[in-house]
Amino acid sequence: MSATIADVTRRIAAGEVTAEGLVDDAFARIGTIDPHLGAFLALDERGARQTARAIDKARSANEPLGPLAGVPIALKDNLVTKDLATTAGSRILEGWLPPYDAHVVEKLRAAGAIIIGKTNLDEFGMGSSTERSAFKPTKNPWDLSLVPGGSSGGSAAAVAANLCVASLGTDTGGSIRQPASFCGVVGLKPTYGRVSRWGVIAYASSLDQVGPITKTVADAAHLLQVIAGHDPRDATSLPTAVPNFAAALEAGVDGLRIGLPREYFGEGIDPGVRAALDETIEALRANGATIVDISLPHTHLALPAYYLVAPAEASSNLARYDGVRFGKRVEGVDLLDMYKRSRGAGFGPEVKRRIMLGTYALRAGYYDAYYKRAQQVRALIKRDFDEAFTRCDVIFTPVAPTPAFAFGAKANPVDMYLADVFTLSCNLAGLPGLSVPCGFTKAGLPVGAQLLGKPLDEATLLRTGAAIERWADITETPPGVATLEPKPDQGTQPS
Amino acid sequence: MSLDDFEPVIGLEIHVQLATHAKAFSPSGIEFGAPPNSLTDPTVLGLPGALPVFNAAALQCALALGVATGSQIRARSRFSRKHYFYPDQPKGYQISQFDEPLCEHGHLDVLLGNTVKRVELQRIHLEEDAGKNMHVGSVSHVDLNRAGIPLVEVVTAPVITSADEAAEFMRSLHRLVRWLGISEADMERGHLRCDANVSVRRKGEDRLGTRTELKNINSFKFVQAAIEHEITRQVRIVDGGGRIERETRLWDANAGQSAPLRSKEEANDYRYFPDPDLPPLVVEGRVMAEVLRMLPELPVPRFQRYTQELGLAADDAKTLVGERALADYFDAALAAHPVKTSARTLANWILTELLGALNAAGVEIAASPMTPETVSALVVLVETGAISGKIGKEIFEESYRTGEAPKTIVERRGVTQISDEATLVPLIEQVIIANPKQVEGYRGGKESLFSFFVGQVMKATQGRANPVVTAELLKARLKG
Amino acid sequence: MAQLSRTEVEEIALLARLHLEPDETTRLETELAAILESFGALAAANVEGIAPMTHAVPVDLALRGDQVEPSLSVDDALRGAPKRAGDVFLVPAIVTGKSE
Ligand SMILES: [Mg+2]
Ligand SMILES: [Zn+2]
Repeated sequence: MSATIADVTRRIAAGEVTAEGLVDDAFARIGTIDPHLGAFLALDERGARQTARAIDKARSANEPLGPLAGVPIALKDNLVTKDLATTAGSRILEGWLPPYDAHVVEKLRAAGAIIIGKTNLDEFGMGSSTERSAFKPTKNPWDLSLVPGGSSGGSAAAVAANLCVASLGTDTGGSIRQPASFCGVVGLKPTYGRVSRWGVIAYASSLDQVGPITKTVADAAHLLQVIAGHDPRDATSLPTAVPNFAAALEAGVDGLRIGLPREYFGEGIDPGVRAALDETIEALRANGATIVDISLPHTHLALPAYYLVAPAEASSNLARYDGVRFGKRVEGVDLLDMYKRSRGAGFGPEVKRRIMLGTYALRAGYYDAYYKRAQQVRALIKRDFDEAFTRCDVIFTPVAPTPAFAFGAKANPVDMYLADVFTLSCNLAGLPGLSVPCGFTKAGLPVGAQLLGKPLDEATLLRTGAAIERWADITETPPGVATLEPKPDQGTQPS
Repeated sequence: MSLDDFEPVIGLEIHVQLATHAKAFSPSGIEFGAPPNSLTDPTVLGLPGALPVFNAAALQCALALGVATGSQIRARSRFSRKHYFYPDQPKGYQISQFDEPLCEHGHLDVLLGNTVKRVELQRIHLEEDAGKNMHVGSVSHVDLNRAGIPLVEVVTAPVITSADEAAEFMRSLHRLVRWLGISEADMERGHLRCDANVSVRRKGEDRLGTRTELKNINSFKFVQAAIEHEITRQVRIVDGGGRIERETRLWDANAGQSAPLRSKEEANDYRYFPDPDLPPLVVEGRVMAEVLRMLPELPVPRFQRYTQELGLAADDAKTLVGERALADYFDAALAAHPVKTSARTLANWILTELLGALNAAGVEIAASPMTPETVSALVVLVETGAISGKIGKEIFEESYRTGEAPKTIVERRGVTQISDEATLVPLIEQVIIANPKQVEGYRGGKESLFSFFVGQVMKATQGRANPVVTAELLKARLKG
Repeated sequence: MAQLSRTEVEEIALLARLHLEPDETTRLETELAAILESFGALAAANVEGIAPMTHAVPVDLALRGDQVEPSLSVDDALRGAPKRAGDVFLVPAIVTGKSE
């Protein structure tokens, strides 16, 4: 499973491996490693084998194969899958079997992807460490005593540990990019509206976006190509043509103007992270990029704006979990009591905290001071970016102030919220953002660089990310997961 | 106490179900009486991950009503979420419009007696219907078929001053939405649902009294009865020195009285905010142009044209505009008719003969076996004197029954009216010769005998003699 | 920004239909106050004349045609229901008034 999408599709097409063989390998490896890693919440071995056999049959009959034919893929468990348990990491959805597929799941199936299972996450995406999953923690493949980041921690860990070839995550305030950075993989949050949200369990509707978590930038481009595009079932889906993302990957950074926002390089950044980023900036310069000093002056307001907008929308989106039509129900003396008990027992502490915060921010009399004001600040943040992008093509920042941290290190909610400080502006402004591994700390933990682009300009992010990836050349197997392996992995190393 | 010392102030909020094929925000169908929960989809059920997309037809319907009520149409309006927990509300919020509704500041003209009262509308906004809860002992059953059906909510200013007016407003709105074809407006099926805000104040006072909200008054009769009852109740309290509680009251039609809804444990706080799933609703010029193109002449302007230009009696005009199909029928007959001045005659035939026949058969005007052109042709035969009015009714009856053209029936039956003197004079001569006694009596001053002579001529012609010409000739002959 | 009283926390919990144990209420009282406190910069921001940004990308609402697509089957509609009675969802008696 250390293979990339490119490897797998080539080898399947050439008949060197069968899809069923890959599925066997995947489940064998998951069986050995995942009990210690905790990346998956549910596996679909039967469905995966069925799909694999169909693909092998199609290949032997020389039928055309989809762009992801035979590629084992894992899905964050807030992506709705027909007849496959979908929990969003919450007790309140335990046992729910959706009667429909998310748009991205339909796209993956149509492309021949093999969906092997659903990955762990912070409940409803509310967290930055996957510790807030109602079911179990997921561990970081680089060091099992550390968190994988979150909320798409299961997806990032599964890819990093080679339990699947690629995965999908969702990103509301950094939930793809930050775990990708912590786990040393590539994570892309597309432009808001680039990928349909139909079937994505909503956390904060105006911020949520689905995106790929992969081993390489090329794989991220490939996966985005499959899932992007207009969907009439999502009124916020952009009716815009999707470019060929692979086309620009080799173009390099020569002549590119790369902006460094001074607000993102201040105090509080871990020295190891800082050193890795500085080296990358030097490499960018050395390869012909122009480094531009820019300012995003409202950056300090992004965190409070985000932590009002997101909980407000969440408090509304989570109102449907009422014990009537699906999910958990705890009986009470009357309807009101049933509602309160079902929701009280079904939601975890972080979710309750955000529902409370969001409900407060939307109350009559508080709306203007909180929700409305946060949305006004959001407009200011967007304006900062518009201004910055007149001076540069791409913005370069840290993904997170620190590398992966220990379990329990951020018990205080405000500390945990600070973990998202560099990633959430991107969501507020609706921009695309890429996290690409760019180096290691002295302790050997991976560090990610964040690239932010103009709306719909994922291509430039991928192009820049591909260049960084070539120099950084991170091909190590994560040492944490290596200790769990029974024998040396014989798959192809990622490029 | 005296009711006359007080004046009621009433505002209505009427929900109208729009006649679309699919739901407001998703593609499942709409059908009254379908098996429970058989018309759903992930959006209607509020399943995790499901999203709303707005139905263009619902917008068209709301725009037609907006234009027909002279409302200001917002080029960019907005959907908001209105939060409350209830089992018939699957998402925990209703998609509605709050601070930026589609239509504002319109009006609806209501015919009160033969005068027109203009009732101002604060707003008309779009929203989705809830499902249905059925209370069964200690539990409730929930059917979500109705959830997500598009509604418009029409909100009047507090300018209605009696229960009669309120009921008449609702009738006018009912007629208008049917007229525009935007709702089936079947009262029995709850397509129109009315809530009323009622307060009273002593005459001459400016300040509004505390209002109560009456819910569940879903027929013209209930609107009238419930509001009347509420006015009396409030006057009795205020007159007795009491205070009106601001509350919501439920009308119980069987008991003929209202009761407060069980008091709530919390104040309402709907926590409205713009729905992040739905970008601003923009009304494009092209959509507006289409709505304007399709807009029919409305009932009140038509009433005014009928009475003022065509000289119809107010009652007749009111009956004609009671239903668009009937008014359209009349206009079609009028268009086919060669002499426009006979609008009154045409209206008479349609309202008396045609409606009589249709009512007797239980047939809608739209399904009339007689076309407007046929009715016009029949009236032409009568007006030109080709047949008498009396014969005309017989011809009408046969044409209605068989579908045969009036002229063909007249020719086949040979019932053309006899108006020419050369035929009538000898007949009159015979009548006078045969009845000397009566001639003597008439000439002696018994003028009442005149109809006897007319009758004799009619008898001799099997009713075909032109009564006017016959009378003239008879008068001249009897004088001499 | 505002401090939260226990009563307020209880009111919000009721609005949000969340049953909280007494210790949860206590904890939330402290936490929410701390979170709101940390948002102080927001109150100081100058937002005069700035239109709230309600959507991440500026698009107009795309509409769907008035076409009906097949319903979910009744069984699929009810498959997740914790309690049903035949083809309807079953809920406890509604004691409080409907807040519409
Ligand atoms: Mg209302
Ligand atoms: Zn309403």
